[in-house]
Amino acid sequence: MRCRWSYLLLRVRVRKCIFGRILVLCFSRAFRVTPTKTKTVMRTVATIVVAFSVLAGCAAQEEPDTEPQLRMVVVTHGQASDPFWSAVQSGARAAGKDMGVRVEYQAPESFDMVTMAQLIDAAVASSPDALIVSMPDADALGPPVRHAREAGIPVVSINSGYDHAEALGMLFHVGQTEYEAGVETGDRLAAAGATNTFCINQEVGNLSLDRRCEGFANAMAAAGGATEVLAVELADPTESQQRIQAALRAAPDIDGLLTLGPTGALPALRALQEEDKVGDILFASFDVTPDILSAIETGEMLFAVDQQPYLQGYIPVVFLALYLRQEMMVTNHILRTGPGFVTADDVARLRAQE
Amino acid sequence: MPPSHDERLHTTSPVYRLLARPELGAVGGVIIVWLFFAIVAGSQGFLTLRGMATYLEVSAELGILAIAVALLMIGGEFDLSVGSIIGASGMLLTILSVEYAWSLWAALLAVVLFAVSAGLFNGYLVIKTRLPSFIVTLATLFVFRGLTIGVTRLLTGRTQLGGLREAAGYDIVKLIFAGEIPVAGVDFPVSIVWWLLLAAAATWILLRTPFGNWIFGTGGDAQAARSVGVPTGRVKITLFVGTALAAAFVGIMQAVSFSGADVLRGELREFYAIIVVVIGGTLLTGGYGSAIGAVFGALIFGMVRQGIVFTGVDADWFQVFLGGMLLLAVLVNHYVRQRALRL
Repeated sequence: MRCRWSYLLLRVRVRKCIFGRILVLCFSRAFRVTPTKTKTVMRTVATIVVAFSVLAGCAAQEEPDTEPQLRMVVVTHGQASDPFWSAVQSGARAAGKDMGVRVEYQAPESFDMVTMAQLIDAAVASSPDALIVSMPDADALGPPVRHAREAGIPVVSINSGYDHAEALGMLFHVGQTEYEAGVETGDRLAAAGATNTFCINQEVGNLSLDRRCEGFANAMAAAGGATEVLAVELADPTESQQRIQAALRAAPDIDGLLTLGPTGALPALRALQEEDKVGDILFASFDVTPDILSAIETGEMLFAVDQQPYLQGYIPVVFLALYLRQEMMVTNHILRTGPGFVTADDVARLRAQE
Repeated sequence: MPPSHDERLHTTSPVYRLLARPELGAVGGVIIVWLFFAIVAGSQGFLTLRGMATYLEVSAELGILAIAVALLMIGGEFDLSVGSIIGASGMLLTILSVEYAWSLWAALLAVVLFAVSAGLFNGYLVIKTRLPSFIVTLATLFVFRGLTIGVTRLLTGRTQLGGLREAAGYDIVKLIFAGEIPVAGVDFPVSIVWWLLLAAAATWILLRTPFGNWIFGTGGDAQAARSVGVPTGRVKITLFVGTALAAAFVGIMQAVSFSGADVLRGELREFYAIIVVVIGGTLLTGGYGSAIGAVFGALIFGMVRQGIVFTGVDADWFQVFLGGMLLLAVLVNHYVRQRALRL
């Protein structure tokens, strides 16, 4: 509907309205050019603006005929370069398709809590039927979530922020409990024989990742080992790799390595290969991507901690659609999608299924 | 020759004088962007008061920074370290009042002192070394950011700190820096008021005080300005202190309204501020520009940033819009100025 209306605007001619004539007169006198030339310029500008409006209007309405009844906005802290968040996004989109819900996905272009809070505020002001947010920093994102609750919009948190979900009045939380996931990972690496370890953090400032390292460090300490946190740059794999290589060279007694996501894992893997330490250092990572799976298959990596990001996108949309249409709701506050551990056996089984 | 042809007596038409203003392009941009989102997203809440509050909040925060950056850029220098100073200030405030239990007022004073010394450091480095400020502040961008991350982890073992709410004096400080003004049931952040006050003050300085003339002179032709007695070094250092203070102000506002800070706050803000200032008609080479232009530039930025959410288009496209707007603004400004100055 909106699409067609914008298209009509394309046909508006400047000379047909008095306001337009005055404008043309002013501009042509001010710039000392002929009215005809001014008209051409103005018409071009108007066409560009309207064409942009039409484009955006049409992009916003991918299916103009089957207008879905519900509209949900997903706001996460995920960055475009992180494959993890692509999985969340596809999950949410697939659920939107299955349930007849229009799903919109928003995220700041870098890990930026201020921008994310403002995005949530804008999402609230566009009054969607439901809001799905990740909560890496409850202090910063609490107020906009409260605005949503005041406006009567049901909110679900995903991925991070399980410990604040209840206090902030979330309907439920979908994700993994980060500290416990860190502890379990630490237990497993320690059992495999790691004593001196690095915990590689690719998203400094994200509380959930701090909690993973914390749990990991405590588990290692309990097993008599040690952990050092190493910060790397998510958006720059080459630099991350160099930093990990330098750290490995500076500390030759390291025998265990944990990365907190694929954007840390791949540079770490390359660093291990460059330093010729594949196999000497026990290597595990959070989250699963095709690259990580093949690294597990070849034995370069011991295991991966899987929190099923696709489900973190899919489940909230489905449950919220059921809640909004039939008022059906689960009663437990945290739906755990992880941690699961993916080992070489699992990968072999998955490959066999393909 | 009849006196009417004497060029000294040539009167300029009001239209011409309007077109010669640096901010005209940005004003036109605001109208175009607003119309665009009103058409595309008007039915989805962009035109509501709440929608207006969300984009004004974004504009205000960036605008406060951009006004100070505009003055500095008119003075002929860049400051790329402002984003890092935002992060450092917020973190300093939070660490002092949460970890070391300082009263919030004492912590605020410490942050102001830090900002002044950061600005002085940037300024002296630029003046003494005579290196381009682009390079010098690019270096301090990394230094300040790295110090923030390193020191924070050293002292607290974390990268994000909350709990500012419990600090002594929080209520009054919140009222000043992050208060909310209810208008017809919608809360507008107090930062909008600060933004407009700062714009008025900056415009007054630029157009009505000797110091304002010095800024234009320093940025236009530093050599000529020096020969007529303008202390160009002191002007530039003062402007660097100004940008650092504006950054600290934004850092404080964010920390207070979010009751805490993380080490990455303020990333990319240095570039956003420059974009906004350029959209506002200030020349990258200095000597020409306005604070009002920066205000309208920030308004455009806020509308585009938040408007995207209302259209329902994924935020992936925001940067395309932003880049397109920047290019369009520069082209329009360039065209208008050339036309206007030829008369």
